[in-house]
Amino acid sequence: MWGTGIQPLMVTVHVTHHLRREGFEGPWQVAPGSLRQVLDALFRSEPRLRSYVVDDQGRIRKHVAVFLDGQALTDREHQQVAVPGGSEVHLLQALSGG
Amino acid sequence: MQHRFLLGTRKGLFVVERTVHGWRSLPPHFPGLQIPAVLTDPRDGAWYAVVHHGHFGTKLHRSADSGRTWTEIASPAFPPKPADAPDIRCPMRGVTIPWSVELAWCLEAGGDDQTGRLWCGTVPGGLFKSDDHGDSWSLVTGLWNRPERAKWFGGGYDYPGIHSILVDPRDPTRLGVGVSCGGYWVSEDDGATWANRSDGMRAAYLPPDQADDPDTQDPHRISRCLAEPDVLWCQHHNGIFRSTDDGLSWKAVPPPEPSGFGFAVAAHPIDPETALFAPAEADVCRIPKAGRFVLTRTRDGGKGFETLTRGLPLDEAYDLVYRHGIDTDATGNRVAVGSTSGGVWVSEDGGDGWMPLPVRFPPVLTVRFV
Repeated sequence: MWGTGIQPLMVTVHVTHHLRREGFEGPWQVAPGSLRQVLDALFRSEPRLRSYVVDDQGRIRKHVAVFLDGQALTDREHQQVAVPGGSEVHLLQALSGG
Repeated sequence: MQHRFLLGTRKGLFVVERTVHGWRSLPPHFPGLQIPAVLTDPRDGAWYAVVHHGHFGTKLHRSADSGRTWTEIASPAFPPKPADAPDIRCPMRGVTIPWSVELAWCLEAGGDDQTGRLWCGTVPGGLFKSDDHGDSWSLVTGLWNRPERAKWFGGGYDYPGIHSILVDPRDPTRLGVGVSCGGYWVSEDDGATWANRSDGMRAAYLPPDQADDPDTQDPHRISRCLAEPDVLWCQHHNGIFRSTDDGLSWKAVPPPEPSGFGFAVAAHPIDPETALFAPAEADVCRIPKAGRFVLTRTRDGGKGFETLTRGLPLDEAYDLVYRHGIDTDATGNRVAVGSTSGGVWVSEDGGDGWMPLPVRFPPVLTVRFV
């Protein structure tokens, strides 16, 4: 039995500073789950951010990189990787082009 | 005459104004970001800008106060792909054509009596419609679901794209779109049904027995004479074509000197015999011939052309003008042209003479009078 006052561990989501000029600062605290659940929770509180991170079919944009505790994720379409409480997610630009 | 035009560039949106000291540009909106399309809506004065982020996708912004403040609005988005919708592969390269907006490439206003109506053409070839000033968009399925779309392929970008939207000023439920590469498509019922009208165009980039296929033509840009809307001018990948029957038939125009290759065309808004072009040497050499940047103009329906040079660089100028890089004002007297080298010139006499802007701009993607 958990004692009162103990919060379940949350996920911390950071975005690249390139998105500051668009009005996105972060970091945000969201509930753990699959990456898709984590992102959906984030987009509920920051609805405009959705189209910057995923395309119109819900896939991670091809020039956006997602890191989970320092590891780049590769499942850009289904986003089923588990994101446990206490982990850190970084949404960054995948460097390419000019 | 109009005293302002917008320059959408690879690195920001510039407003250029005519002052007592001549044409001057102001510091850019959206500095550092790509602006592939702009629209100034003649019905309510609103400005629209497509803002393309290299990493974060295509966004649309709207301004009700001539650019003083901008609001991000909805971007065109494809509906979820139905499970039974087949993947379409590029007939040239075999890669799957995305079911997703890669780029918003052109924006146009609907008719005077269509409050809030906007059209947006995209890569990979989806046409979108808004009836609320861009607050929401819907895919024009009557065009997207045409089986001939499976024959379209990229020209300018990796995937097919709609770059020209021509609303008929006599009846805005009649409109045409130019597709690279997919020909000229026309709807007479506000976008519900579509037919290809590319008869007469010829493609030299395909095997000879397929050169006449309307569904694989590459009209780089199509421009309509607003006073005589049945007259269309097309700068095609393989030359200049003209229609006098709203695209039912196209006739090749004898190539002007120095070249009939190019991307941009501006039909004169009043005189159906007049149009301006920005030639490059050839599709295998997309720079001005001999490094001499010139424009060409016909004033007799394409029978003959003048080579316009007055005020343009004398030599050693490798400026290339993209599809949306020429525009005229409503009189046809003021003309502005912008190049991928960042050169911008303005004419006040329909192209007879040109004045350079004293600015080294980023590569110019689109020019549009306010």
